[in-house]
Amino acid sequence: MSEKYLLVSAAPHIRTPEDIPKIMYAVLIALIPVVIASVYFFSLLAVKLIVVCIITAVFSEYIFQKLRKKNTTALDGSAMITGLLLALTLPPNLPLWAAALGVVFAIVLGKQIFGGLGYNIFNPALLGRAFLMAAFPALMTSWTLPFNLDAVTGATPLAQMKFAQSLVAHQALFLGNISGSLGETSALAILIGAVFLLLKKIIDWRIPAGFMGTVVLLSGAFWLINPEKFADPLWHLLAGGLILGAFFMATDMVSSPVTRKGKWIFAVGCGVILMLIRFWGGLPEGVMYSILLMNALVPLIDRFVLPVRFGGKRKNSV
Amino acid sequence: MGRINATPTGKGYTLAKTFQGGVHLADHKEQTASQPIKKAPDPQRVIIPLSQHVGSPASANVLVGDSVKIGQKIGQAQGFISCPIHSSIAGKVVSIQSSPHPAGASSLAIIIENDGTNALDEGIKPKGDLSILSADEIKAIVKEAGIVGMGGAAFPTHIKLSPPLKNKIDAFILNCAECEPYLTCDYRLLLERTDEVIYGMRALMKALGVKKGCIGIEDNKPEAIKLLKALPEKDKDIEVVVLKTKYPQGAEKQLIKAILNREVPLGKLPLHIGVVVNNVGTAYATACALKQGLPLIKRIVTVAGSGVAHPQNLEVKLGTTFAEVIQECGGSNEGVEKVIMGGPMMGIAQATLDVPVIKGTSGILLLNKDELALEEANPCIKCGRCVDNCPMGHLPLYLGTYGEREIWEKCAELGALDCVECGSCTYLCPAGRPLVQIIKLAKQKIIAEQKKKKK
Ligand code: SF4
Ligand code: SF4
Repeated sequence: MSEKYLLVSAAPHIRTPEDIPKIMYAVLIALIPVVIASVYFFSLLAVKLIVVCIITAVFSEYIFQKLRKKNTTALDGSAMITGLLLALTLPPNLPLWAAALGVVFAIVLGKQIFGGLGYNIFNPALLGRAFLMAAFPALMTSWTLPFNLDAVTGATPLAQMKFAQSLVAHQALFLGNISGSLGETSALAILIGAVFLLLKKIIDWRIPAGFMGTVVLLSGAFWLINPEKFADPLWHLLAGGLILGAFFMATDMVSSPVTRKGKWIFAVGCGVILMLIRFWGGLPEGVMYSILLMNALVPLIDRFVLPVRFGGKRKNSV
Repeated sequence: MGRINATPTGKGYTLAKTFQGGVHLADHKEQTASQPIKKAPDPQRVIIPLSQHVGSPASANVLVGDSVKIGQKIGQAQGFISCPIHSSIAGKVVSIQSSPHPAGASSLAIIIENDGTNALDEGIKPKGDLSILSADEIKAIVKEAGIVGMGGAAFPTHIKLSPPLKNKIDAFILNCAECEPYLTCDYRLLLERTDEVIYGMRALMKALGVKKGCIGIEDNKPEAIKLLKALPEKDKDIEVVVLKTKYPQGAEKQLIKAILNREVPLGKLPLHIGVVVNNVGTAYATACALKQGLPLIKRIVTVAGSGVAHPQNLEVKLGTTFAEVIQECGGSNEGVEKVIMGGPMMGIAQATLDVPVIKGTSGILLLNKDELALEEANPCIKCGRCVDNCPMGHLPLYLGTYGEREIWEKCAELGALDCVECGSCTYLCPAGRPLVQIIKLAKQKIIAEQKKKKK
């Protein structure tokens, strides 16, 4: 054997083919059906919003990291996810400058300030949306009906229920022919991507199951008590950003608990908060707040909800 | 019960047992699994380290210039946890010096030049039938033969056979899991020398006074399972337990959990719950020691990986250098990045090929870039994979972050000491974090701290 230098490092010497970019790009792939649906319903408005948000996300990450003289991770896919997810939560006719501002906020203050991917507490996309809601409430709540882009401003199904007590048909909700943000319109499109991620084990089924299960149970209980006043569980499941939030935002690895038990607690918490907001809060839409609030509790959950150790009890916390 | 899964094993379905956590690995065993064991020619020269086992090194009882014969004891056990060392060839001791050791660093080794006589030591003769030998006699033979755990751990076997009196041993497990990828040496041994392996198993059971033994084998070895299940009637006290193929099924604690559903408590050993586990190679070596009187001077080594011309299982004299073993397998090709002793999950990377095969050398792997893990460490993204799959229920991510910040007390609190170092966490981490590497360091620091406190 020719004398050459052999690599010496500690075991294990092999590793999974999976890495961070692969995970992130799989999430992006899973969002393609939602993107297609949003383009179908809102055509050019959707295209513009999505493109602007993704590009702004990548650039703001790149510039921030350059300014801080760090290696850039702008292309690892996670910034693109933030940009795309934020775009999907916006009203289709939001001015592009506002969308871009929201993305910059999400990337810089939602993620990079904490130290970048892995250190952020909140889901950056949701934080960006929360910022836009606070800064531009009027812009953020004027909705367009699909296929009818520059005319009527339709209230979202949830707002309709909340303020006018009228219900949009289930089928329209499921397929997406309703007014709402880009991505929360078609449940079908979201589910296709979700199944892909579940099969690839990139998201943990416990989170959507716990989140939506809680919503169904709670809304079902209220509906049984008074079907006149409260919408049925299926309607609650399909309306608003619940499905998108449950599969694509609450499941964000960084801002959700690390243990399986913790994930259950987190998911049920999201469901409970969401129903509190939908029933008694002043806001028509609560998915964003429910996830953000539970994000804030994740460090606490992670500290105390620990796996069972092989061969014994665990007394400590992290 | 360890979780039970229906798994196809050849014809029909059997219930394969398993444990919580762990990883499914591509096993890469196809390279060598179907090839019979080949005997390597005796080397011209052997390097025999005095430390080939867990515990104190043996001390040389020959001098430079002495003539030695095959099987002659050349190193005396030192202290309670130790093992004697024997010469694997006949020849002349040319030097006793510090030499590179495959487990890292250098250690004192006896170097012997082959004189071609192949003279056998006078003491090497059959020890009599198993039915005549007493438990104590078997233990003494195992001890004198220098037998250690051949799966890689190299813990002296005679100590495992002599548990404290208060610990009643009621179960014996033969470990045929061979859960490391690439390795097939145990599998081939089991297939080709079944009778000897079972004989050795019975001897070990007799030494322990255990009536019933289990053979734990992963379901990716259907041929061996078929063979074992067809054991003659008199072997009914030996149960074959089919295990799901999952890493680290061969780790003692996980094996015991899957087969007997007993959990070794924190900080305890298998013997505390009445179990002794031994590896296939160990049973075979025991059979050789009894039937032929041969001490442990050779072993089966899997030589595999895409870097070697003819991957195969070789029966090698201890002390043969890796370079010679690789030569015997047609040499290596370009592009070899790493040479590993053992499996790719727990094996040790070698800096030179001038190291000798020792008692714990289960494999020599030559891996190229594509087969290896070459990843920069990124921050943890809290994906939870390391937590969900740690067979010990640890939180490797926090052990990693506390370890990085050198907060060793916190690592100790989180149970770093009973990490089995299987490496599943590092394998799975998409962020490429060196988790088990940090945990190993943490263990050293914690133990050093504990020693300081005792003083
Ligand atoms: S923490 Fe230890 S026992 Fe757990 S997966 Fe990592 S190496 Fe294996
Ligand atoms: S596997 Fe790696 S990235 Fe995932 S939680 Fe563990 S340390 Fe973090």
